[in-house]
Amino acid sequence: MKHTTFAWFVLPSALLMLLFIALPIGSIVTQSLYSAHEQVLVTVENCGPFGCTQSTTVDQEATQALKAAEPLGKFAGLDIYKDRNHLAFAEVHEAWITSDGLPDFGAALMNLPFYDAMAFTLTYTFIVTPLTILLGFLIAVGVNAVATALKGPTIFLTLLPFIVTPLVGSLIIFWMVDARGILGAGLQWLADDPTLSLKASTGLMWAMLMVYGVWHSAPFAFVVFYAGLQTVNQDSLEAAMIDGANRFQRIIYVVIPHLYPLVTFVALIQLMDNFRVFEPIVSFTAQAHARSLSYAIFNDLGGETRLLSSAAATSMLTVVGVAILLSPVLVRTYRNFDKG
Amino acid sequence: MNMIKTAALGTVMAVLTGTTAMAGGHACAITEGRLSIVGNEFPAIQSVAALAQECASGVENDSNLTADHQKINVAGMTGNPAEYTSAIIANSSIVALMNEDVIRPLDDLVAMYGADIPAHQLITIDGKVMAVAFMANAQHLVYRKDVLEQIGMDVPTSYEDVLAAAEKIRAMGIMENPVGGAYAAGWNLAEEFVNMYLGTGGEFFEAGTAKVSINNAQGVEALEMMKALTAYMNPDYLTHDSNATSAEWEAGNVALMNMWGSRTGVLMDDEGAAEVVYSNTMAGGPLTVGDSGAAASTLWWDGWTVAKNISDEDAAATFQALAHATSPALLNDETMSQAVWLMDGFDAQPVNEGVLATVAAGAAPYPMLPYIGLLHSALGDNLAEFLKGEESAEQALMDIEAAYTTAATEKGFL
Repeated sequence: MKHTTFAWFVLPSALLMLLFIALPIGSIVTQSLYSAHEQVLVTVENCGPFGCTQSTTVDQEATQALKAAEPLGKFAGLDIYKDRNHLAFAEVHEAWITSDGLPDFGAALMNLPFYDAMAFTLTYTFIVTPLTILLGFLIAVGVNAVATALKGPTIFLTLLPFIVTPLVGSLIIFWMVDARGILGAGLQWLADDPTLSLKASTGLMWAMLMVYGVWHSAPFAFVVFYAGLQTVNQDSLEAAMIDGANRFQRIIYVVIPHLYPLVTFVALIQLMDNFRVFEPIVSFTAQAHARSLSYAIFNDLGGETRLLSSAAATSMLTVVGVAILLSPVLVRTYRNFDKG
Repeated sequence: MNMIKTAALGTVMAVLTGTTAMAGGHACAITEGRLSIVGNEFPAIQSVAALAQECASGVENDSNLTADHQKINVAGMTGNPAEYTSAIIANSSIVALMNEDVIRPLDDLVAMYGADIPAHQLITIDGKVMAVAFMANAQHLVYRKDVLEQIGMDVPTSYEDVLAAAEKIRAMGIMENPVGGAYAAGWNLAEEFVNMYLGTGGEFFEAGTAKVSINNAQGVEALEMMKALTAYMNPDYLTHDSNATSAEWEAGNVALMNMWGSRTGVLMDDEGAAEVVYSNTMAGGPLTVGDSGAAASTLWWDGWTVAKNISDEDAAATFQALAHATSPALLNDETMSQAVWLMDGFDAQPVNEGVLATVAAGAAPYPMLPYIGLLHSALGDNLAEFLKGEESAEQALMDIEAAYTTAATEKGFL
């Protein structure tokens, strides 16, 4: 392809990427480097239906002048990244010095919001991603073997968890696992423990979130693998059969090598998605037990006083996290591409 | 032909509305300007918005009532001209609007159009009227009369009484988890701490500064009481917000709880609960904790504001429509029980007794400080670990102080 043709060809997507990816990232980088102006506080008398009280308020006129002088806020450099609600360098350093052995250090680390969120986010990502790939593959192989007449409806039913909006899907499960819901009551009966509650224990809550994660995204892996299965070379399969390979051996030695590039693709997308786990935490009201980086951003923006810089810094840390997570897969893809 | 029809219909409508307004006895015929309301969604606010819109039906009018109003009101009022000409807010959420300087002082409008508004409805900050309150709200005890009779105990007035009653109810096998409460991690849980901490006589900040000081004996006492209560709650309490707690109540699983006055009406009506539950549901007063004698509850008002970045005509239209909507003209058989209305002519209903008792007990209003929202968020994020038994009360309070201090530094308060 000629260079000019290529340039025109990628121009629309480059433009869109600039507009919807590069600019927002530029904006959060800038935001995360600035903090709010010093607020000029004054003590005033507030009166209302319940009487008068002396109270503090922001002196708008004085603050306006500061805002007009520096509309972006006060330059904070990397202070926001380093503070306790993010990377907490000072606190980690202190915990390292004062802690009594590694378990104690770990406990101190888990007490800091960023590391606590990281612990859940990474556990979730590394458990849900492989399970999604495995389950998606098993479903694809299973559906592929279904009689042609039944294939359409089976595929539709299998895709349902992916079609249902994440918030709605997780809310439905949330009600089902309630101690009075069908699944929750069923579990109590199975475990013969009437006080068993999935929502009260951190471990069970984590397990439930992960089960939900696999349930929700397995159909995505399934669709990709199912499409891949349609392109498996039938000659190779027949040759394997003539050589006496059973179904299991054919899958291991013929199908899986053929689908391998798709596994990389699904892993890439799933790592990215799972690292940003958010909806189930909201709809399971799981914030007492599990927090993710995305939830931290939501929390910063959802309070009565919005913490824009803090949310921007967490967003940047998420971007960095995704980049680190994807780098092995990307390097691998790049090498394959080079070879090709 | 169609155009003529539309025009004719329009005239009829205009005449009808005019007549209704006249019948109301208030001059409410707005001919210029614009009204656009953003606010929370519950029956009382819906009634206010509906009447305001009826009043402004001759001009452009709109309302956006949603539980997520706090996430959109600042953004919707920052532009010039602002999308919303008025935000209906409470004493906690007016702070965000004032911090961002998006609402205007109302003194000139009060002088021109608001002579009828009683002084106690005007929210003045530093001598300037910033909002007009129309209803009061508070959390107070809600109890089951029949269950208390069964165990032979009086209506609790303190959390210590609640614990004693709960123990007896459980011991007699009437209910497994007789205590309820909106203890969902986040805003609700933080609100329960705010109540309890004020009940112990604690102060949130060092006087006149944004420096937090809750890591003290009162803080520990408040946390210990909350933990003692959770022993009698449904084990899922950390996921129960006000809605879920109300559902537990209506299901008949709870006999004692601290609940919002604005929600007791739903608990006492005959929808969604068995007869034995709703007919025995009673509103008590605020509870106390320890021997401080202070009510462990906060007082709230809901009121309306006028946006800063709008034309004078829009501001005048908004002010007149909402002043009319929160005047005695609003009160009728249907709206009377929806809230503890602050306007003259309000006739207290049984469902309102709890809030009125809380006001009478001298409970403190929820603090209207520019940085209280940051402390509320820090509380909501850090209390669950203590209640789950993963850390000590002192550690939880230390974490809250550290999280708040970090956030307040970023926002320029420290």
